[in-house]
Amino acid sequence: MSQSERSYPQPPVTVETQPFWDGAAAGKLLLKRCRDCGETHYYPRALCPFCFSGETEWYEASGQGRIYTYSVMRRVPAPYVIAFVTLAEGVSMMTNIVDCDPDTVAIGQDVQLTFRETEGGYALPVFAPVTA
Amino acid sequence: MSRPSKAYIAGAYEHPTRHAVDISVAQLHADVAKGALADAGLTKDDVDGYFCAGDAPGLGGLSMAEYMGLKLRYTDTTETGGSSYVIHLGHAAEAIAAGKCSVALITLAGRPKMASAGATRNYGDDTPDGGFEVPFSPTIVNNYAMAAMRHCHEFGTTSEQLAWVKVAASQHAQHNKHAVRQEVVTVEDVLHSPMIADPLHRLDCCVISDGGGALVVVSPEIAKSLGDRGVKLLGQGEAVKHLNGGKIDLTYTGAVFSGPKAFEEANLTPADMDCAMIYDSFTITVLMTLEDLGFCEKGQGGRFVADGNLISGVGKLPFNTDGGGLCNNHPTNRGGMTKVIEAVRQLRGEAHPKVQVPDCTLALAHGTGGQIGTRMGSATVILGRNDA
Repeated sequence: MSQSERSYPQPPVTVETQPFWDGAAAGKLLLKRCRDCGETHYYPRALCPFCFSGETEWYEASGQGRIYTYSVMRRVPAPYVIAFVTLAEGVSMMTNIVDCDPDTVAIGQDVQLTFRETEGGYALPVFAPVTA
Repeated sequence: MSRPSKAYIAGAYEHPTRHAVDISVAQLHADVAKGALADAGLTKDDVDGYFCAGDAPGLGGLSMAEYMGLKLRYTDTTETGGSSYVIHLGHAAEAIAAGKCSVALITLAGRPKMASAGATRNYGDDTPDGGFEVPFSPTIVNNYAMAAMRHCHEFGTTSEQLAWVKVAASQHAQHNKHAVRQEVVTVEDVLHSPMIADPLHRLDCCVISDGGGALVVVSPEIAKSLGDRGVKLLGQGEAVKHLNGGKIDLTYTGAVFSGPKAFEEANLTPADMDCAMIYDSFTITVLMTLEDLGFCEKGQGGRFVADGNLISGVGKLPFNTDGGGLCNNHPTNRGGMTKVIEAVRQLRGEAHPKVQVPDCTLALAHGTGGQIGTRMGSATVILGRNDA
C-alpha cells in the first residue's frame, strides 16, 4: 500500500506540543494526564481541560486502540482513511488508518500504533488494523 | 394573539449572484446591506449597530464600517463560522433591548469559488488543535462524513435516508431561478453520484457559491413605524460543542443545547413550527440537527426525513424551501444567513408560491459553523409572523 500513499502534511508544532513530536520521533505516542484529577486528555495541553489544573504530565500510551469512526477520502489522487481512534487510555484521537485495504476498515476494529513520516521529517502516529 | 418580541427583522436580502467574477468582497457586503436596508425602508444613516464575522474583509467590522460610511455606537464580530449570523441575530436583539443600538445591520458575503473545495482548513499555526489534525488531512467533507459514519453505525441510518434530504431540497430549488442546482433529483441519483468521503456522495454535499446576504434588526418601536412586514424574533439560543478533551461523542451537534434555549425563550415547541430552515452543508447535517432540535427522537432522523417528509406541500416539516445550501446557495461556505432569509420570506408570505407554506406563522432557522466532526458553533432562532 505504501507506494500509493499520499504525503502527510507537516504538523504545526508549538513550544507546548514539542515533547509530543519528540516522543513520536522516538517511536512513542505521548499523552497527557492531570496529576490533580487523574484524567487523561487529548490533544495534550499544559492546562487540564477537565479541572484546569496546570499540573499535567506526559506518559506513554500503550498504542492499542479501536476505531470509533472513519471515512475513506475517495476523490483524491491517493485515497486515504481518516478516523477517530479511541485509545486504551480512554481518549479518542484523529488519525489515519494505514497498511490496509480502505474497503475493509470498520467501526469497532482493533488497531495498533505505527508511524509515518510527514513533510518536514516529523514522525506521525497513525494506526493499522491488528491482524490475527 | 401577540407574542412578546425584543426585536424584529425589518429587512432581509440575498444577493442574486452565485459567481461574483467582477464584484469585490467588500462590494458584496455593501450590496447586500443596501438591499436589506431598502427592504426595510431604512437607509444606511439609520444604522447604529453593525455585526459581521470572519468573511468581512479587514479588521473586525472596522473596514466595512468605513467602506459603507456607517456611524456606529455598537459592533459585534462574533466568529463561529456559518452560524455567526444566527448568533448575531440574538446578540442584536439583546443589544437593542439594552438600548445599545436601535437599527442593527448584519452582513455576510464572499467569493469562495476561487478556492479549492478539497483544501484542508488552516486557521494558523498557533491553532492548538492544528498539529493533531492537519497531518491527517481532514477536509470539510471527510470531517462531516465521520459523524455520518458513526450515526449510521449507532442508529442504522442509511444512505437512502440521507438522500431524501437532498431530494427535498431539489424539489424546492426547481422553483428558485437563482439556485445553483435547479434540477430535481431522486434518491437513486444521489446514491449513484460519486462517493466523495464514505458515506457521503457528491449529491450529499452542498454547492459552493459566491454571494451573500444581510439582515436589518430593529426595536419593536421602529418595526411598528415601518409597517407590518417585520418578523418577530421570539427566541434564540447558541452553543459551542467540541471534542471535549478527547472524550468524544460525534452522534449529536450543538443544536442539543441551542435548540431548547431558543424554544424556551419563545415558549414554543418543535411541534409548533410551520417550517424549518436548517443549515445543510451536507445531508447528515440536517438529519442530525433535526434530531437534536427535537423534531424527532435521537436516532430516528433517518426515518423522519424519508419519503418526502421535508418537502413543502408533501411532508410534515417543509425545510429549506429555497433549495438551501444543497441546491440554492452557500455563500462563502457559510449557511446561517440564508436560512434566516428564507424563514423571513416564508413568514411574510413571500416565498415562491410553489413552496410557500400556507398561513406560515412560526418558523425556525438554525446555523451550524465549523465542523460537526470536531468543533462547531450552533445557533437557533424562532421567528414569528408580525401578528404571531
